[in-house]
Amino acid sequence: MSVLTARMGAVRLRGFGRRHPLVRLVVMRACLGVVTLWLVSVVIFAATQALPGNAAYAVLGHTATPQRLQAVEAELHLNRPVVSQYESWIGGVLRGDFGSSLANGESVAALIGPRVVNSAVLVVVSGVIGTLIAGALGVLAAARRDSWFDHVASVVALGVTALPEFVVAIALVILFSVLVLHALPAVSAIPPGSEPWQNLKELVLPVATLAIVIAPYIFRMARGAMVEAMESDYVEMARLKGLTRRRVLLLHAFPNAIPPVVQVVGLNLLYLAGGIVVVEYVFNYPGVGAALVDAVSNRDIPVIQFVVLVLTAFYVFVNIITDVVALLASPRRRTAG
Amino acid sequence: MRGGWEWLGLLARAARTPRGVAGITLAGVVILLAIVGPFVAPHQPTVSVTATFAPPSSAYPLGADDLGRDVLSRVLAGGWLLLAVAAGSTALGVGAGVLVGIAAAYFGGVTDGVLMRLVDVLLAFPQLVFALLLVSVLGPHVWLILVAVGISHAPQVARVVRAAALDVCERDFVRAVELLGAPARRVMVGEVLPNVLSVVMVELGLRFTYSILIIAGLSFLGFGIQPPAANWGLMINENRIGLVANPWAVVAPVLLIAVLTIGLNTFTDAIARTSLGVERPAEQLAVVAGVSGEAASLGEVVR
Repeated sequence: MSVLTARMGAVRLRGFGRRHPLVRLVVMRACLGVVTLWLVSVVIFAATQALPGNAAYAVLGHTATPQRLQAVEAELHLNRPVVSQYESWIGGVLRGDFGSSLANGESVAALIGPRVVNSAVLVVVSGVIGTLIAGALGVLAAARRDSWFDHVASVVALGVTALPEFVVAIALVILFSVLVLHALPAVSAIPPGSEPWQNLKELVLPVATLAIVIAPYIFRMARGAMVEAMESDYVEMARLKGLTRRRVLLLHAFPNAIPPVVQVVGLNLLYLAGGIVVVEYVFNYPGVGAALVDAVSNRDIPVIQFVVLVLTAFYVFVNIITDVVALLASPRRRTAG
Repeated sequence: MRGGWEWLGLLARAARTPRGVAGITLAGVVILLAIVGPFVAPHQPTVSVTATFAPPSSAYPLGADDLGRDVLSRVLAGGWLLLAVAAGSTALGVGAGVLVGIAAAYFGGVTDGVLMRLVDVLLAFPQLVFALLLVSVLGPHVWLILVAVGISHAPQVARVVRAAALDVCERDFVRAVELLGAPARRVMVGEVLPNVLSVVMVELGLRFTYSILIIAGLSFLGFGIQPPAANWGLMINENRIGLVANPWAVVAPVLLIAVLTIGLNTFTDAIARTSLGVERPAEQLAVVAGVSGEAASLGEVVR
């Protein structure tokens, strides 16, 4: 379907003239992104602070004393009307003041900031590794369509697609650090003050887990897109011109398979934003995901609000980037522009 | 309703494909085990009967867990609630998604715009994170988990169904029924819905699989179905520390979840291939329908 619209677009763009539609698209998407994020902040606030019942009681539970209740109410401005509570929270966020943790009084930004870097490293590294390996395998499977390699890889991909992160993580721990081999640490606690890339051994299992979880989608998409591209008229044309098989594959079919794959890579980066929660928890990796799990057990509302806001902002941002990259990577659009 | 039983035919055809057979067999074994399990468990699943992390023996074939409870009994008892909550949230999420998707496609204009913006907002939350957010203050109640996971499915289903329904709404027979004076509700339920049923079936399969992943994941993190009740996600986490002494306490629930989700996903794949007649994986369908906003934005550039 998108192929059709792209083809029609190529025709129309040529007549459309000078104004670059891409700039307009980016501006429009960015504006929409801001609106989405604002609504997201309302949802986050509503879920944590505006639900019926006293949030301060929920936070403190059995340990509620009048003094502690008052302290929590003051921190969250619970004694004011809901709208004014929201205003002071979102106002703080816009000024870069995210409040302080109810668990230990530290500022949320100082507490979570370094963890954002750790999580970003995890997401980027596993995203890149998973994409490269799965993409290459997908292209290879499509090039040797219906070979035994294609069949085995497709069946394995279908199976692994459905596995939850914690199942993959535990399986890797069993294989590589506890029962079969003892090669890698089962816990990836990066010592405070050191960066993730200084602890490569600790990174292996979390990265492998996330890469394995996203790989099947990318494999299947890359294979599907390549198969589709290789059945197209222009590839047939290139083949009839007498070009070598490799040339046809890499220079004619492959570029046309990139845009749909970029979309799936984008989707998987977004998936990783949720996936890190479980994986960081399993390996005790000091990222935002593990922080969220801790915060939810402690009902540390300012930390929950901040982490969820970071994850959703990541989603909105990646979505815009993915759309633009997929558009730029589309050969049809390039030749038309 | 026209073609009210078509979906059964689709299921039957999908079930006869090689993938369908494999999927049904794998998932069926685990589902059967989860349903029958509580009645045949040899011991009380929540009572300590032997030593902590005791290795397998003739009395306790899968050994004991972190509190000396019989692993076999806990495995047998720990599946049905997970499956029930997953089924509930799937029904809720797909139901709401179909409703929103068809309404957006049928009414178009402002309704479409508003509904799809709301969908965008909910899509920004990773599903597990959305469930965690709701559970964080209200507490891990079973009904809340069901609702939270259901809501988190709805926007994705809505996008896919809307894309499919847009094509249907354009067709002549829908216009004809409208001209006959049928109310909007009748047109949507009687004409549009039957024609997007194959998409809905694929979504049901996908979302049921994802529900199990998310709910088991929540339990694994300790925010799902609460102890001491047995459940597979929680068991994996409880017994991680005893992996060397009695690996079965972890391996058994890991295997069950893996076989179940692989089976469900394989069967869903069979439905997708049967109903669409093309070699496309189910999730690619979602991408084509614009889950990432691709179709929409390409369209924007074109216009």
